[in-house]
Amino acid sequence: MHASALQQEDAASVEFRDVAMAFGNRRVLQGLSCEFPAGGISVILGGSGSGKSTLLKLIGGLVRPQAGSIRVAGEEITGLSERRLQGVRAKLGMMFQGGALLDSMTVFDNLALPLREHGRGLGEAAIATAVHECLEAVGVRNADALLPGQLSGGMTKRVALARAILSRPRILLCDEPFSGLDPISSRRIEALLVEINRRTGMTMIVVSHHIASTMRMASRILILLPDGAVAGTPDELRRAGDPRVVSFLDETLEVAETDAPVEFLPIGLNRAV
Amino acid sequence: MTRSPTRDFLVGCFVLAGLAAIGYLSVSIGGLNYSGPGGLLLYAVFDETGGLKPRAPVSISGVKVGQVTSIRLNDDFRARVEIDVDRSLELPVDSTASIVTSGLLGDRFVALSVGGDDQLLRSGDEIGFTESAVILERLIGKFIHNADLDSNQEGGKGE
Amino acid sequence: MANAVQDLGWAATRFVETLGQMTAFAGNIGRAVVTRPARYRLWVDELFKLGVLSLVIICVCGLAVGMVLGLQGYTTLSRFGAAESLGAVVGLSLLRELGPVLTALLATGRAGSATTAEIGTMVATEQLDGLRMLSVDPIHFVVTPKALAMIAVMPILSTLFILCGIGGGYLVGVELMGVDGGNYMSSLRSNVTFRDDVAGSLLKAVIFGALVGLIATYRGYTARPTSAGVSSATTSTVVIASVAILISDYAITALWGV
Repeated sequence: MHASALQQEDAASVEFRDVAMAFGNRRVLQGLSCEFPAGGISVILGGSGSGKSTLLKLIGGLVRPQAGSIRVAGEEITGLSERRLQGVRAKLGMMFQGGALLDSMTVFDNLALPLREHGRGLGEAAIATAVHECLEAVGVRNADALLPGQLSGGMTKRVALARAILSRPRILLCDEPFSGLDPISSRRIEALLVEINRRTGMTMIVVSHHIASTMRMASRILILLPDGAVAGTPDELRRAGDPRVVSFLDETLEVAETDAPVEFLPIGLNRAV
Repeated sequence: MTRSPTRDFLVGCFVLAGLAAIGYLSVSIGGLNYSGPGGLLLYAVFDETGGLKPRAPVSISGVKVGQVTSIRLNDDFRARVEIDVDRSLELPVDSTASIVTSGLLGDRFVALSVGGDDQLLRSGDEIGFTESAVILERLIGKFIHNADLDSNQEGGKGE
Repeated sequence: MANAVQDLGWAATRFVETLGQMTAFAGNIGRAVVTRPARYRLWVDELFKLGVLSLVIICVCGLAVGMVLGLQGYTTLSRFGAAESLGAVVGLSLLRELGPVLTALLATGRAGSATTAEIGTMVATEQLDGLRMLSVDPIHFVVTPKALAMIAVMPILSTLFILCGIGGGYLVGVELMGVDGGNYMSSLRSNVTFRDDVAGSLLKAVIFGALVGLIATYRGYTARPTSAGVSSATTSTVVIASVAILISDYAITALWGV
């Protein structure tokens, strides 16, 4: 295990090499190789069914690829057992599309769960402090006793985000964080993500179909097209001559220019340890 | 994990009620007993047990004092019945063990009649005086047989 | 014709495959039982949901079944002049068969389907994936408390069913039909033994509880993550568990010598 100690620099990056993924007879990914650099916000774009969410599941080890290698935080995860995977997942945080909060538990208990499970003897007071700090950071107040079913869409996303960042992960995975939200709430989530990344240097890999915000916040974009994948920075892609990319990004070329600056919300997180 | 004291209380009641129900069913109705004092092991040999089963009760004057532990065939083809009764009982050596039926068609059990001797039975002793079970069919068969004999003698009719 | 045979073969293979998967699933649950931390809180919650909330239906149905047994039993027994043995007839029928089996079937419909729906919905809304990402094993956290609770709850519910049934038989036989109350209870007491009847009844209840617990959690866990998938998993739980209960009832009865 000495080799991984030397790779501290890319300890927060994800690397795909020649990954193939199929569900039964349906081939979703084929020969995919790409890199999600540490400390940046990478966005995965693509049409429905293109395999975007599957990529996140592959990174989290929730599904296994048919072929290829995936390195998460410097560690190869494709052959790992479930128990070893849990060690890798300790460095990850995942914000699910529907929130995926346990609907039989209150917001507080949902957030306290990982601390109670793995907190190694943290007292209830310390847990409460940590939970409230995270909720404050995402701008959620007075929601402790609410059940997930009682939260609005925007609040659900923010609580899900709070739960994902609670354990100070090195890599944050977000599955469609803007889906189902009105434009104002969308902007809030976007601002939150950008701010967290700025303050803590947390690597973020976001799956989205919202092109405007992607162009604003991403440092690297991966587009999954029916016949292949294209990767690059927002500028590179905007200037790309490839007709597929152009038609995909078509709608953004007007919108991106007229964007109002994103407002930053006050957040109280320190740089990740 | 919303802690609700009401819920916990109800679950506690539920479990207690359940255990009480099982206990009632087992002891009061099922007759499970922590096998009383017991400890005095005796045996008796019968010509006929008539369907006596192990764990059948052993009683004195209708009061249960123990149970049958095993029934085996001994070397001269008679039934050796072993019983386990309350060790505080003082049974004289001339006590009798009989296999009787509860009611006309009921189960068999062992009834002990207390004797009058000064000497007492000790664990491992044999109860010398026994009365075997009465088999209803044999009784009826005997009755018919005797009736035939009577009618033969009277009428002098040959077979 | 060839298609029918092919389909049959395929179905048989699928069946054996599913049995294998369920055994593996049961093994996982077994392993989770002995893994810390012990989830007492969740187990108590499940005892509430599966046990306490089923009390009303169990007791009402028990009473009703007991009353029917009392009525039918009296009618039949009095033809042979044996009406005073009503207590034994009602008690033994309930203890040996009707109590464990009917309780298990009722529990399958109520608690089993609720369990499947709950777990299935958690799969569909990615809650189980969420748990995995938090390094919490969903089998340990969600499935095991539910399965264990089902096993613990079944003998309790079964016994309560039986007692309500005996009471129902008493109501009809003694109060309505004129059987002597003392005879009812004494014929019951003298014909019921712990070894043969009560222990067998409890054993059946525990085994049925394990079957329902396993089937309900398995179907929920492997449900397709759509609302149609959850609903189909729920109905198949009821069907499969019911069949399993009735078949194993025969097997246990034959093996136990009851």
